[in-house]
This record gives sequence, C-alpha cells and structure tokens, in this order.
Amino acid sequence: MMTIVNYGMGNLGSVQNMFKRIGVGTEITGDINKIEKARKLLLPGVGAFGAAMQRIEESGLRNILDKKALVEKIPVLGICLGMQLLTRSSEEASLPGLGWIPAQTLKFSFPGNSALKVPHMGWNNVHPLKTSKLTASFNDETRFYFVHSYYVKADNEEDVLTTTHYGIDFDSIIQHENIYGAQFHPEKSHKFGMRLLENFARI
Amino acid sequence: MLKTRIIPCLQLINESLVKTVKFNKYGYIGDYINTVRIFNELEVDELCFLDIRASRERRTPNIEILHQIADECFMPLSYGGGINTFESAKQILSIGFEKVILNTAAAKNHELVTKISEHFGAQAIVVSIDVKKNMRGYQVYINDGTEKLHIDVLDWAKQAEQLGAGEILLTSMDRDGTWSGFDVEITRTVAASVGIPVIANGGAGSIEHIAEVVKNGMASAVALGSMLVYQKKGMGVLVNFPDKEKLEQILEK
Repeated sequence: MMTIVNYGMGNLGSVQNMFKRIGVGTEITGDINKIEKARKLLLPGVGAFGAAMQRIEESGLRNILDKKALVEKIPVLGICLGMQLLTRSSEEASLPGLGWIPAQTLKFSFPGNSALKVPHMGWNNVHPLKTSKLTASFNDETRFYFVHSYYVKADNEEDVLTTTHYGIDFDSIIQHENIYGAQFHPEKSHKFGMRLLENFARI
Repeated sequence: MLKTRIIPCLQLINESLVKTVKFNKYGYIGDYINTVRIFNELEVDELCFLDIRASRERRTPNIEILHQIADECFMPLSYGGGINTFESAKQILSIGFEKVILNTAAAKNHELVTKISEHFGAQAIVVSIDVKKNMRGYQVYINDGTEKLHIDVLDWAKQAEQLGAGEILLTSMDRDGTWSGFDVEITRTVAASVGIPVIANGGAGSIEHIAEVVKNGMASAVALGSMLVYQKKGMGVLVNFPDKEKLEQILEK
C-alpha cells in the first residue's frame, strides 16, 4: 500500500491512476492517524515552495512526517515540488524546507541572451551516476516530463542518482538513506514514469 | 530525444470534439475519450484541450469530462476555456491537469493571472493570445475571435509575462485549420520579445511547417490540430501523429 500525502496541493489523481495501472494499491490522505500507519510515503506537489511548506506546517502533518521519514525511516519519495520540499531551503521562499536530505533548492538562472527558458518545461533525459533500486533498468533512453523553475543541488555527490542537463547539470533523482526525490513528473511520463513508480513500490 | 514539444491541441465545444477553420466553421471529430486513448498509446509529449466556445457561451469548464480525460492520460495536460476565477483554475489543476490556459479572462482580469501564478507557479499558467493579421499589422482578439482587444500583440505578450504567465500559446486565427503553415513572422516577433516559451499554433499541415516555425519562428513548442485529426486536408477523420524519427531528423538538422 502506497500512502500519498495530501496536504492540499498537487495533482493526486494522476499519481493514483498510474499506481492503479501498475497494480499498486494507494490511499490519498492528509489524516495523521492514517499516515502514522503508512509503510511507504509518496510526497507529491505542484506549485510554490512557500505555500506548500505553509500547508504542511499548518495542517499539523510536520511532526508525523518527520517521524516516519527520520525515526521509522520508511521509504519516502518526493516528486517534483515534493522533491524540493525534502531540501533544507529554497530560493523560492523564506520558509525552510523539510531538511531530510542535505541539499538546497536553487533557481535556474541563465544570462538574458540565453535561448534557455525558465521554467525548464518538457521531456528530458536522465543520466544515471550510480545504480540504485529506484533507477533499476534506467538507460540513456529513459526520459521524463519536467516542469520546474527551481532545481535541487545535493551537498554530497553520493546522494545524486541521476543528473539532467538543462544549461547546467542538475540533480534529477536523489537519494539519502530512505529518502528519495525525483524532480520530474513520473505520473506524466508514460512508460518511464510507470517504471520509476514500480521500482519505488518494490523497495 | 526530441527537445521541441509537439502538442496535439484538441478543440472542444462542451462535450463535442471539433476542429475549426479560421475560428469559424467546424467539423465534428468524434469521441474525446477514444481520441485521448489513441494519443496516450502514441505516447505524445503533451495534450492541450481548448473549449473554444466556453467564454463566448458563458459556460464554466466542464469538470466531469476533464476528470475523465485526466484519468486516461499519462502525459502532461493543459486546458483552456471558461476559466475566469481562481477557484476554477484550482479545481482543474487539482484533477490532474498541469496547466490552465487563460485567454479572455486574462485580458479582462490581469490579477487572476498573477494570483494563479503566485499560488501554483508560473509553469501552471499559459496565456493564450489569438491574433489576426490585417493591413495595419496584427490585432489581438478574445472571446473566440469575436472581440477585438485594443492592445498591441507584443505589449500584451510582455504584459502577460510580467503578470506571471509561464508560457504563451500564440494562435494565428488566419492560419487555423488551413494546413498552410504557421505564421512564422508573428511567432518570431513574440518569441524574441519575451523570456517565456512561446507555443506556435494555427496552420500546421506538415512536418516541414513544424521545422520552419521552430527554426525561423523561435517557437519553443508547436501545437497541432487538423493534421492530427484528419487523414489529409479535406479528407475524413483519422487520429494520427507524425513519425517521431522523421520529426527528429527534420528538427535536429
């Protein structure tokens, strides 16, 4: 059973539908008691960092999420904004992040004459730096759909599973112990996204 | 991998899937669910839906059918048509659409663009600009091409960016449904004057047209209509997608 954390922001329907397609049961919940019983957490998210952290703090979910991630150390996957929330801070907001992974979230910044637009929006490849359960069977053809103006920079290179090139090489999938983050939208990435979610379901 | 997004842009009139010519007469395409299933199997980059008459007919978005569409699709989705409140945008983003597209409402209520952008991020909001060429230049229209907006195209595009739009969907009304190629000139002019991606729309009839508007028009993405829902110009309905290898070859050349 996959517990999808509902803190009031994000496209939970499509994530749930993709799990359904690959035969993984899900519950979408913002209920502290249900999250308490979770075996695996998916932290989704679209939108703004500050608004999302505010929701997490105000909803009273912060303590239980910290406990599951840091004390019980169950597998957690943050996707898109959910990945950025795993970091200690973002240039998008003054509110700090969850800080579960030693990393920070930075804004894409290209020279004014650059052809690169922000947000980085579209399909892009991921380049595996090391093998992991989450990225099992990924290759150079593996691509995902990205939509983001901010990117994650891990403090330690050993926490980076894949990078993606967009003007710079940014960290597209990271892992620190039981905490995983993926910058793209697996639920919007056809068969590649299904593979990632299947891999996560098997961890 | 193809860097340029090729986006099927499907037109709805409430529950009917249609395709217009020059924003005027239209043909029925068929069932929207069957059509999206085909695009799902074809693993298209992204799907765009526009209820072209919603604002004009004063209808709010048909959430029920958008829900069905989101349930079927494992690719990014955008929707425009009749979104004129923050709550409406929020509802569409919450059911599995990545982006909302505003045209008439963006022109009439600038603050709405900013509010959506601030809350959901700029990447969640596309401002759609419909343009028509006349002897004095390009004219912006809203309300499904029925109401002239007294603002210069470039001024409006730049303003949309400042208000918080993450993308501009630029549609040539003259080229819509004509298979005669994109309006490269206006696409390039707009793309060069804003920092956000411009999606070229209206007129695609061949993969050469796509290459032209990407290379010469500086389009970040292209929207395709007629050529994906008809067999050929003037022929019957056939949902299809150009060969990806051919597209890759011509775009990377």
